[in-house]
Amino acid sequence: MTKFLLLFFQWLLLVALAPSVSWFIKRMKAASQNRRGPTLVQVYADLIKLFPKEMVVSQTASWIFHVMPFILLASTFVVAALVPVLWTDSFLGFTGDIIVFVYLLGLGRFFLALAALDTGTTFGGMGSSREMALSSLGELALLLAFFSLGVYAHAFSFAGIMTHFAAHGPMEVLFFTNLAFGAILIVTLAETARIPVDNPATHLELTMIHEAMILEYSGKYLALIEWSHQIKQLVFLSLLANLFLPWGIFNVPTTTALGWSVLVYLVKIFFLAFVVGWIEIHSAKLRLFRVPDLFAIAFVLAILSLLGQLMFRG
Amino acid sequence: MEFLLFGQIVFYLAGAILPFILKDGGVINRWTHISAIAGGLIGVVYSLAVLVTGQGFSFAAPGLPFVGNLSLVVDPLSAFFIFVISFLSVPATIFAIRYIQEFQDKKRIAFLGFFYNLFILAMILVVCVHNAFYFLVFWEIMSLASYFLVVFEHEKIQARRAGIIYLVMTHIGTAFIAASFWLLAGHAGSFAFADFHLQAATLPPALKNAIFWTVLIGFGTKAGIIPLHIWLPEAHPQAPSHVSALMSGVMIKTAVYALIRFFLSFVGEVPLWWGVVILSLAIISAVLGILYALMERDLKRLLAFSSIENIGIILLGFGMTLIFVATDKPAYASFALIATLFHVLNHASFKGLLFLGAGAVLSKTHTGNAEELGGLIKRMPWTAVCFLTGAVAISALPPLNGFVSKWMIFCSLLSAHQSQELAVRFFTPILAALLGFAGALAATCFVKAFGICFLGEPRSEQARHAVEVSPSMQWAMGLLAGSCLGFALLAPWIVSILQKVSGTLIEADTPIPNFTFNGLFITLADFGQISPLVFGWMLSGAILILFAALAIFANRKVMLAPSWACGLPGLTARMQYTATGYSKPIRRIFSFLYQPTRQVELEDEGHEILRTAQRFESKTTHVFDEWIYRPLAKCMLFVSKKAKLMQTGHIQLYLSYIFITLIVLLVYWSRL
Repeated sequence: MTKFLLLFFQWLLLVALAPSVSWFIKRMKAASQNRRGPTLVQVYADLIKLFPKEMVVSQTASWIFHVMPFILLASTFVVAALVPVLWTDSFLGFTGDIIVFVYLLGLGRFFLALAALDTGTTFGGMGSSREMALSSLGELALLLAFFSLGVYAHAFSFAGIMTHFAAHGPMEVLFFTNLAFGAILIVTLAETARIPVDNPATHLELTMIHEAMILEYSGKYLALIEWSHQIKQLVFLSLLANLFLPWGIFNVPTTTALGWSVLVYLVKIFFLAFVVGWIEIHSAKLRLFRVPDLFAIAFVLAILSLLGQLMFRG
Repeated sequence: MEFLLFGQIVFYLAGAILPFILKDGGVINRWTHISAIAGGLIGVVYSLAVLVTGQGFSFAAPGLPFVGNLSLVVDPLSAFFIFVISFLSVPATIFAIRYIQEFQDKKRIAFLGFFYNLFILAMILVVCVHNAFYFLVFWEIMSLASYFLVVFEHEKIQARRAGIIYLVMTHIGTAFIAASFWLLAGHAGSFAFADFHLQAATLPPALKNAIFWTVLIGFGTKAGIIPLHIWLPEAHPQAPSHVSALMSGVMIKTAVYALIRFFLSFVGEVPLWWGVVILSLAIISAVLGILYALMERDLKRLLAFSSIENIGIILLGFGMTLIFVATDKPAYASFALIATLFHVLNHASFKGLLFLGAGAVLSKTHTGNAEELGGLIKRMPWTAVCFLTGAVAISALPPLNGFVSKWMIFCSLLSAHQSQELAVRFFTPILAALLGFAGALAATCFVKAFGICFLGEPRSEQARHAVEVSPSMQWAMGLLAGSCLGFALLAPWIVSILQKVSGTLIEADTPIPNFTFNGLFITLADFGQISPLVFGWMLSGAILILFAALAIFANRKVMLAPSWACGLPGLTARMQYTATGYSKPIRRIFSFLYQPTRQVELEDEGHEILRTAQRFESKTTHVFDEWIYRPLAKCMLFVSKKAKLMQTGHIQLYLSYIFITLIVLLVYWSRL
């Protein structure tokens, strides 16, 4: 029972913390532009205020438009339950692994891309087409990076990889995983619609991917979509944090250990959010057809990582 | 149980003969198809019984002299394939009854009924006959019957063209198959499969490799692996949709059956490089198949290319089986084989469903061109639901069946990470990642297929006036859609049955360490577990909670408004993304593969801004057609032109040819 509660707690932490990571990056960007940026309360208020609003729905839309936000958020919830956060175990760890993770995200994206086509607008088609094409490339690099870690750790579940690396010295982990880290970081930027792949703050049709798909959404549906997007971002950051910096994770069930684990987790997450924000501040958005080159870099990093694992591990 | 097999054969034969006896077109249509349904149901019953009990049965009829008895053996492997064929043939036939009603012509219906029943019967016999000679006979009947079904609408030039390509390719394949049987029979001294199996251990390596290549080319042609695939995207779309469903769903699987039978029971020890060759071909088929599917605008051609992808996925599983057999890891080999067979079953269900869905669209709009469709979800709601189910399943998204078998194939690929061979350790994760890539592209492809055809505004008058298909067609599609979900939820049980099949082919003394399955989970330790049931519950639970929460706490008011048109007067259907536009990013990223060309011609009358006409042309190239088959065809033409010099038409000359040949032979023999 304690185990169940703990797992529930870590899941809850993940979904509740998600908006504040977005806030942190926004705040960083604002600071770099000599603005003040929103307060922490504001990002939550932005979500909550959408619920009492009336929705405007396109006349062209079918039921796909209405079910998409639910499927998207539900699949993101389940994904969040797959990822180890504070503990080496996760809520759905008993039934999950890397491939389930990738394909559950795929389920959400599938319906997101369909709903974008549902309203019959050019914007929707544009976002949908771009998102699906780019994410296909991202998936290749992401899977390969995961598998290279798995080959090294002789385990193909998040918990297995994590416990393997946690048992090794920091230098060894850094030495073996930096290439895969680079690959997954690039995919994270793409999956969370960040510069240099996509710009979350624009409504310029030439640059939009994610925003173009959800242009027709308003009210409570928009809230669900935004929230699921924020959760997805935190899920990726948590993975980066726990796979590549696997220290300080709680494995004995005591209150001190738990507190320590939460603290370390927050430090790691906000450090990574800082990295993402830093990249966003210091780079320009790439042209759409330059983005595949970025994925090519991620792919090469992942292949090299795999080669490295095999050479040193034998 | 023999009588059930006979019953099935009798029903199909009756279905094939009835069209010649009955008079009225409508009556023929009903009875040939009812006969085929009955045959299919019987097949489902006895094959399931064999699979569940694990007890096969056999029957031998005295056959022709020299070639041996006509022995029909329903062992678990055959029973599995009989199940897949019979299972898919039932909804496909139910669908057919109303689907072909529009062909009022009695001759047409009789023609279709005859070849349709013959086609299914030949497939059933191919997978259970255990004699090489009769195998070839049934194989040929299957190929010819399907050829006649492909040219069903023979007044169309595309159908005739596709028919010719199919006929040529399938016979090249048959030639290689015959060669492989000839090699095997020469060694074993008989045509019986049982003797092939007995003599397998004594095959000399050179002969074995020769058999490997002939079998691979022969059956690879039927399976449609790249680069032997060119007939598949031509032929499958031309047949009536329910036949396309059977061709894509099960006919190409008979080749998979034959590959399994040959490599796991006729050749003894398997060298490692066989598995490597199969894996390479498989990954090429998987990735290129889906990349070509993405470029298609025609719904049925798109589905045909995606069949090539799925054959690639199936062969990835089978290639891993061979790798594990070669490296002496029977437990992992049987896991990989289970994954392979499971994907065969799943692909039959969702590809059958998608072809029937495409057929439904075709029958109401008379076009399969995505650029002329759109908005069908409101006009054909049930077809849309079914097509969407198939699209989700084929994109391997949880919680439907495609995901479960693909997960298992991922597992087999990744479980090679402890292999002794460095190359295997290095390449299997890359193959697994490429498999994931193919899956992501498949999702893109089916978002496009469903999104462009069913969502948005209709792009043509036919699409605007489409209506839902008749109830029996809806039932047929619903049945398959249900099976996509059902096979997922029953996955652990299906795995336990498939283990019996693999048990007859691979003797694993020890089960895979930490591979278990119970009512709920399929578990592979170090890898994870899946339970589609648990996922289904989690997802639907989360959706329900969210729905309830929103219903209570959020504003329920909805205002309907036109889609936002950037402040312009309004959107038209032509402003939507087209199927061609949708795949533009992919076309551009992979331009080295597609080599796209585009031409824009503008006409004006003196003023550059006053355009009177515009023409736009965009094309992609199929490199295999351009680089392999076209030069090959040219070469053939050249050779036959040269050979024509010998053929003057004078009988004296031919006689002198014979005379010269005789002399040469005489000299040759006298020297021995």
